[in-house]
Amino acid sequence: MTTEVEYGRYPVARLAVPEWMLKVERLGRVYGPFDDAVIASTGPEVGSSKSALNGAVVAAWDVSFEVAAGEALGLVGESGSGKTTVLRCLAGDVAPSRGEARLRTAAGDVSMFELDPSARRRLRIDTLAVVYQDPAEGLKLNISAGGNIAEPLTAAGWRNFGNIRNRASELLTRTEVPINRMDDLVRGFSGGMKQRVQIAKALANSPSVVLFDEPTTGLDASVAAGVLDLIRSLLEEHRIAAIVVSHDFAVIEMLTSRCLVMQHGRVVENALTDQLLEDPHHPYTQRLVAAARS
Amino acid sequence: MLLDDLINPTQSDELLDEFAKREIRRAMLAAVAIPGYQVPFGSREMPVARGWGSGGLQITLAVVHDDDVVKVIDQGDDDGVNAVNLRRLVTTSTGADQTSVAAEASVIQSRHRIPEDGLDEESILVLQVPVPEPLRGVERDMRELARMHAEADYSRMWVSLYEDKVRNGVITQTTGYPCLVNERYVVATTPIPRWDIPRLHESPFLTLFGAGREKRIYAIPPRTKVEPLTFDDVPFEVEDADGASCAMCKSSDAFLVSLPNSDVWMCSDTDWCRRTREANA
Ligand SMILES: Nc1ncnc2c1ncn2[C@@H]1O[C@H](COP(=O)(O)OP(=O)(O)OP(=O)(O)O)[C@@H](O)[C@H]1O
Ligand SMILES: [Mg+2]
Repeated sequence: MTTEVEYGRYPVARLAVPEWMLKVERLGRVYGPFDDAVIASTGPEVGSSKSALNGAVVAAWDVSFEVAAGEALGLVGESGSGKTTVLRCLAGDVAPSRGEARLRTAAGDVSMFELDPSARRRLRIDTLAVVYQDPAEGLKLNISAGGNIAEPLTAAGWRNFGNIRNRASELLTRTEVPINRMDDLVRGFSGGMKQRVQIAKALANSPSVVLFDEPTTGLDASVAAGVLDLIRSLLEEHRIAAIVVSHDFAVIEMLTSRCLVMQHGRVVENALTDQLLEDPHHPYTQRLVAAARS
Repeated sequence: MLLDDLINPTQSDELLDEFAKREIRRAMLAAVAIPGYQVPFGSREMPVARGWGSGGLQITLAVVHDDDVVKVIDQGDDDGVNAVNLRRLVTTSTGADQTSVAAEASVIQSRHRIPEDGLDEESILVLQVPVPEPLRGVERDMRELARMHAEADYSRMWVSLYEDKVRNGVITQTTGYPCLVNERYVVATTPIPRWDIPRLHESPFLTLFGAGREKRIYAIPPRTKVEPLTFDDVPFEVEDADGASCAMCKSSDAFLVSLPNSDVWMCSDTDWCRRTREANA
């Protein structure tokens, strides 16, 4: 049996509606005081996320989406459109101003924004991992590659040195970090290799959700291509629900099947990635795609 | 005691007034109630430099009465300069008696050692602590440290043990080995040697840790679980003098230290060594 699902304006035939792993509803984050008037004074129609009323920045507003296990959702938009803000709210690095984010876990659904900070951090250890653009944010550079991976493992209760070593070397092998670098400080690694270690660390406790914020933006094109290949094959082999933030359509095209386009803190388009690239609907998306294709 | 005496304490040899003692006792009670938790206290100026036993001295002064008997050691030695100085301050300030025999002492103040024998249910061990924060090496931000203890989030400590083992093949930390107290808080056992660590576990006596400069008191109550942090497959080991024995009393089952630039070993606990020699004679 097939069901018709609306993705943007496209009717899409699918075999079944996938079950969500992460469901975000009306997420908003405002820097500064706000009320309805302040919110209304920002957005794509106004052409800014900064309110002329009081200077508050409505970095993200009314962002809703679902991601299923095994699915990667893209978040695209130009600089300042609010992509990182959405990701950081989900990661727990930034407190949202409004909205709900529900995560499906073995123990049932949890409303992430209602958890206390310590429960929130525990989620980060084994359920929801983040790969940052800047490896220095996700890694401790003065610790070895293996030690960086040992951190989430010991946080999850691993107490056997040999098992920790084995798990770390397995992850580094999978992320194509030469195993003879395992005991070297991450500080001395190339940008691409740091990013691979960050990915290995993120996967340490087999999370069900991984958030990537511009995972290849700081890298040379050829290095970036290798890291993207890696991320793609990892997403294929584990049933991870992923969100990939990028301003680069090549990244979005390669990794995601569906994506949201953000402009001035709002979602202006939500579509299947292929269709979005072939036939962008929103004028802003058309401009972005045209710029990427040129 | 009259309220008036508290408000206008008479001039005496006492180094701590009653207010200060009460505050320290309150902090000690909290420390005993929450084993391993570092309780802040209003550390007073003492006639010893902070970091040279001023925290231990304040605890000792707050627990000692004139019918107590105190033993004070530095590096296991009752005659070390610092030990002599601290012992004089305690006995003149409180009227307590002094001894070098651990079994005769009701309160033992020490910086580096737990005496080899003689501690029982009646004993209180006061340890002078220079750095009370076991996580200082992995984190400096006070709020983050408080959070890590509050959530028992000690993964960074485990990572430092992992890194130590990877880099050096063994876990090299010798003194002040981090221990988990009562399955809850990690403490610095600073700076006693590994040799003494197993003796803190389920011990009959009360151990009070005082850090004067850092203004912290913590405790290990009697019969409390004390586990050195170590990986399941990397057993905790105490110092090994390689089969050596004390040049003076011939003991090989006590904590031995080697004389500088020699392979002559001697007991670190000088009173225990003296008594062993007397018994052998
Ligand atoms: N701490 C903050 N205080 C005030 N404003 C902020 C803060 N963090 C972000 N903003 C603002 O929120 C808006 C969205 O920023 P965000 O970092 O989410 O954008 P982005 O889409 O990730 O951009 P980029 O592609 O440059 O990474 C921007 O206008 C930014 O200046
Ligand atoms: Mg960003």
